[in-house]
Amino acid sequence: MKTIWITLLGVCLYLPGWLQAALTIEITQGVEGAVPIAVVPFDTANNRQPPPQDVAGIIAADLARSGRFAPVPEQNLIARPVETSQVRFQDWRTLGVENLVIGKVETVADNEYSVQFRLFDVLRGRQITGYSMPAKSEQLRYVAHRISDIIYEELTGEPGAFATHIAYVISESKNGKKEYQLQLADSDGYNPKTLLTSRQPLMSPSWSPDGRQLAYVSFEKKGRAAIFVQAIHTGKRQEIVSFEGINGAPSWSPDGRSMAVTLSRDGNPEIYSLRLSDKKLKRLTSGAAIDTEPVWSPDGSSIVFTSDRGGSPQLYRMPAQGGRAQRITFEGNYNASADFSVDGKSLALVHGQGGRYQIAVLDLDSGLLRVLSDGRLDESPSFAPNGSMIIYATETGHRGVLAAVSSDGHFHQQFSLRGGNVREPVWSPFVGRK
Amino acid sequence: MKFIQAVAVVLSIGWLAACSSTGDKKTGDAAVVEDRGSEAGIDAAAVDATASAVGGYSDLTIESLTDPSSPMSQRVIYFEFDSSEVAEQDREFVAAHAAILAANPDLKVSIEGHGDERGSREYNIGLGEKRAQSVRRMMEFQGVLMSQMTTVSYGEEKSAVEGHDESAWSMNRRVELVYVAY
Repeated sequence: MKTIWITLLGVCLYLPGWLQAALTIEITQGVEGAVPIAVVPFDTANNRQPPPQDVAGIIAADLARSGRFAPVPEQNLIARPVETSQVRFQDWRTLGVENLVIGKVETVADNEYSVQFRLFDVLRGRQITGYSMPAKSEQLRYVAHRISDIIYEELTGEPGAFATHIAYVISESKNGKKEYQLQLADSDGYNPKTLLTSRQPLMSPSWSPDGRQLAYVSFEKKGRAAIFVQAIHTGKRQEIVSFEGINGAPSWSPDGRSMAVTLSRDGNPEIYSLRLSDKKLKRLTSGAAIDTEPVWSPDGSSIVFTSDRGGSPQLYRMPAQGGRAQRITFEGNYNASADFSVDGKSLALVHGQGGRYQIAVLDLDSGLLRVLSDGRLDESPSFAPNGSMIIYATETGHRGVLAAVSSDGHFHQQFSLRGGNVREPVWSPFVGRK
Repeated sequence: MKFIQAVAVVLSIGWLAACSSTGDKKTGDAAVVEDRGSEAGIDAAAVDATASAVGGYSDLTIESLTDPSSPMSQRVIYFEFDSSEVAEQDREFVAAHAAILAANPDLKVSIEGHGDERGSREYNIGLGEKRAQSVRRMMEFQGVLMSQMTTVSYGEEKSAVEGHDESAWSMNRRVELVYVAY
């Protein structure tokens, strides 16, 4: 395993262009009313070797991806200021730009850079914010995403989720044999890393609330499923449960101490709460129906799950310690695979009607359901940690790909990936910040 | 021989019916097969009789499991959309396997449930498990020991047929009997 890791890292180092091009994003549907912003290419003159990343390009792409901003195409930039003194606000006003970003990347030591940027309010003619951030060359993409987060938060009032990750499962046929990989990538699809490779199916990745571990289901033991937890940085993994029958649908409690899982050890697919410290199990559902896909409300008080107790799969909500469950979906003959928004006010879900399966959002207060995607076999929705976007799996040309839609349904984008079927994307929580 | 052709006709009609189905649970593809069978002058009983005539479930020895000419070499049964009910025409098949298992208590079988690709993956795991359990329950009633059987569900993760229409889906909603060491 260790050798494989080293080889993979080696490939990353020597073929960054090839690997990083694996996942690229194509904006499939724009939105009117995106705020025009100019992101001027950062000055890199003060470097013996140019930095390996186009920081301003990454920021502009992030802002465009959010659907909230419309960066001015580089060739339309009327000037390329580096310092505040070089900014002529009147010119940018003429261009209809509301905000301006300038900056530079300077070498401070071997393989160490300082990234400086400033964000301006063009109409008022003043600086909104500015930072200087240190970065090693391999951290430049991350620093660019952090700058995007700062800009996004300053201008929208909501935290940005660019410096986050997505995990997903990819399957590929190699020499007639199926190979499954659990992968991790930046939220823009760059820097894909393989966390696990198996000849047997891998599924249902789920982030720990601190973003340091992933739980998932593996069929690597022949004829039996098991739930594993794997630390992302060390790669160390631990089997959590492997009973006969189902060991599936892991979902961490918000405090990270328990995991809701689906087991069929007592006969029927039921939801259990598993205390991670001593693996003590508490059964939360009963009856002859399929009960599965538990997700905790962000306050930890309740669990939403999929059940066909009413005849077709629908979503139900019960107290986190078990008890009476209430049906919460009524439209369509298929509602499953729920994911809570961070504020706990809405659910993303798979909505089936008329033989099509699409991503929808359910507002829990009003009970209103809104279909956001237009695929035929869309599945596995997962909210960004700031609630702005929902990533999900869809198919195009009979191949599984990832797509994202803004939570208001206005902005659509697709992640294109060479080879393989990609599915089950899960967006990471914020790591190390509030 | 005439019977076999008749069965082939019924099956192909059933196939077309399945293809044209919207996949709605209420459509009931199995019922369609029987109806068309009657129209073609063959009732369901005749279809079953044919299965026996082909050599079927009379030679219930453990050796028949490895004999490719025996219908016992068949290890798969299929299910309707969002259903875990063993179809009428497959019950004899399950019973035949149960008879072999009951007569050979050392023989073990893994009952593997699968689903089609539609809908959510974990719900399909649940559905595959329910399908495997339906088969296990039938076998248990017929004298197979619980210790001889294990169930596992792969949901939609191990398709038998790649494809995104009912013809592929109907082949993927299945239970496979995997004999240990057979």
